[in-house]
Amino acid sequence: MDQFVLNLLFVGASFTLYIGIAVWARAGSTSEFYAAGRGVHPVTNGMATAADWMSAASFISMAGLIAFTGYDNSSFLMGWTGGYVLLALLLAPYLRKFGKFTVSEFIGDRFYSKTARMVAVVCLLVASITYVIGQMQGVGVAFGRFLEIDAFWGLMIGACVVFAYAVFGGMKGVTYTQVAQYCVLIMAYTIPAIFISLQLTGNPIPALGLFGEHTASGEPLLAKLDQIVTDLGFREYTAAHGSTINMVLFTLSLMIGTAGLPHVIMRFFTVPRVSDARWSAGWTLVFIALLYLTAPAVGAMARLNISELMWPNGTDAQAVSVEAIETDPEYAWMATWEKTGLLGWEDKNGDGRIQYYNDANDDLQEKAEANGWQGNELTNFNRDILVLANPEIANLPGWVIGLVAAGGLAAALSTAAGLLLAISSAVSHDLLKGQLTPNMSEKNELLAARISMAAAIVVAVLLGLNPPGFAAQTVALAFGLAAASIFPALMMGIFFGRINNTGAVAGMLSGLVVTLVYIFLHKGWFFIPDTNMFTDADPLLGPVKSTSFGAVGAMVNFAVAYVVSSMTKEPPQEIKDLVQSVRIPRGAGTATDGH
Amino acid sequence: MSQDNDNNAYWSANVRFILISLAIWALVSFGFGIVLRPMLAGISVGGADLGFWFAQQGSILVFLALIFFYAWRMNKLDREHGVEEE
Repeated sequence: MDQFVLNLLFVGASFTLYIGIAVWARAGSTSEFYAAGRGVHPVTNGMATAADWMSAASFISMAGLIAFTGYDNSSFLMGWTGGYVLLALLLAPYLRKFGKFTVSEFIGDRFYSKTARMVAVVCLLVASITYVIGQMQGVGVAFGRFLEIDAFWGLMIGACVVFAYAVFGGMKGVTYTQVAQYCVLIMAYTIPAIFISLQLTGNPIPALGLFGEHTASGEPLLAKLDQIVTDLGFREYTAAHGSTINMVLFTLSLMIGTAGLPHVIMRFFTVPRVSDARWSAGWTLVFIALLYLTAPAVGAMARLNISELMWPNGTDAQAVSVEAIETDPEYAWMATWEKTGLLGWEDKNGDGRIQYYNDANDDLQEKAEANGWQGNELTNFNRDILVLANPEIANLPGWVIGLVAAGGLAAALSTAAGLLLAISSAVSHDLLKGQLTPNMSEKNELLAARISMAAAIVVAVLLGLNPPGFAAQTVALAFGLAAASIFPALMMGIFFGRINNTGAVAGMLSGLVVTLVYIFLHKGWFFIPDTNMFTDADPLLGPVKSTSFGAVGAMVNFAVAYVVSSMTKEPPQEIKDLVQSVRIPRGAGTATDGH
Repeated sequence: MSQDNDNNAYWSANVRFILISLAIWALVSFGFGIVLRPMLAGISVGGADLGFWFAQQGSILVFLALIFFYAWRMNKLDREHGVEEE
């Protein structure tokens, strides 16, 4: 059967499943729309949160970034899992005890200030919309590939599908749909990885295969990879090349951001009890770890496979011929991906072969001249295609390729839907019902929620036309924003009783503003190209790249909140009582609507 | 002992667990995985070194163990102080 038809079948079947579940579990009341009636078991909740969490960034983009950079991008692995430790220890049980629906409700009540609540809503919107931009990039790549069209049209079609999908139901529909999506995406990620690990190392567990022996050469896999990439003039895969300070800050920023993202925190409002909130964070990480322990193996093995495909007889022999790329079925993936505009090659020296090497490396100039090479001829390899192309690169059966297409879409869609839900609840529940029009009917609130979802998609697509980086990098910016604004406010709200309304507002605003400005200075104002004054190759503050600045922003937030609070009036007694009650699990009833 | 004092004891025990857990959390990721990696360079793990393994595998496994240990320990602490949910 034709691969195109097979992809359509897999994607179509998985979508029918999700939409069927969403319709079956359709939300009727606002309470169900936001928090699924709190009847969700920790394991189920963990699985749904994992699907919600693992987005296009984790599934489609991350392994590609690791593959082409190596050790330095380990930050994604540690950052996006380590955040769950912070969430489980510092936030989840207390927010569940507090028992409201949204993050901004907690901030509004704890800091007894409508201004604080509004500032929190603004912070959530900025972080969530940046996040959706990254998701839409991934959706564009996935739709572009499986419909075999340009990534731009993939993005447009993807946006329509995401919208149609997200308005179907609220959290309740989404929870059970996301369990199904988790199953699809984890199979889609691990099955090809197992095949490839078996091919290369004979070990069926990719995480072990990564540290195992490369069967063909008898050397350790990573040593073999290091040797091949350095032969081609690239930097050693397993060594550290970037700044240590930047790596620490970047990892920290991703960790704090994880614990500050509204769509993840919202999940912990939906477990029945405080103790379940603690377990739930653990189960979530179990399901996430299945992918995250596999991802570094996917990255390293794909890099090895690509290098060997481009140099089929070793790096000292001739490179692959243009003829082979055009006719040999082993290289058919290159032609299909070329259609998306995300992969490209050019026979610059006209020798009928495609030399893939690092032409910026001075040490290779001599070899290049001797062989008549005129620059790297694999001219375009978008990092975001690596995972989706991986099964084709490894020449795996057609059904695996179809499964991966379905998994990539599941990852992007589930997160986009969760984020849209967080955005819509921020607008309709916190902004409109909480502030502007308190007497709004339930029906109008649901309507407003859906309109704000549509608006968020339009904004994300417009900004996503000029994405500030690969999908995972865009998403990393969103984490920086959440890290600098939301996490410190939540943590101080629980652990530091002395922080008052003025301090919290000043902290959140300063954290958000410095981080946003730092990002815009490096990535362009509103991500418009050529409006940036600095680049991440040579950042404003020494080694601190814009993707790492969230950790600095969070420190600014903590410091400002502390200083301002200590200069202004102590919080009133009822707030001190509230802080005490949040700290003790006993008496956690079902949560109530705050109005 | 009054309920207030007991709640304070419960809270300081909780804060102590959190601090210990976060110390381990930072040690395996920022420590072994990044800053202390050169010190672990002598210990080789399948073609790379122990620091590389911690950065790409080990820290994630430790994070998992930490969360489950904390959940188990806190649920026990809740009962010891009689503040568990009814």
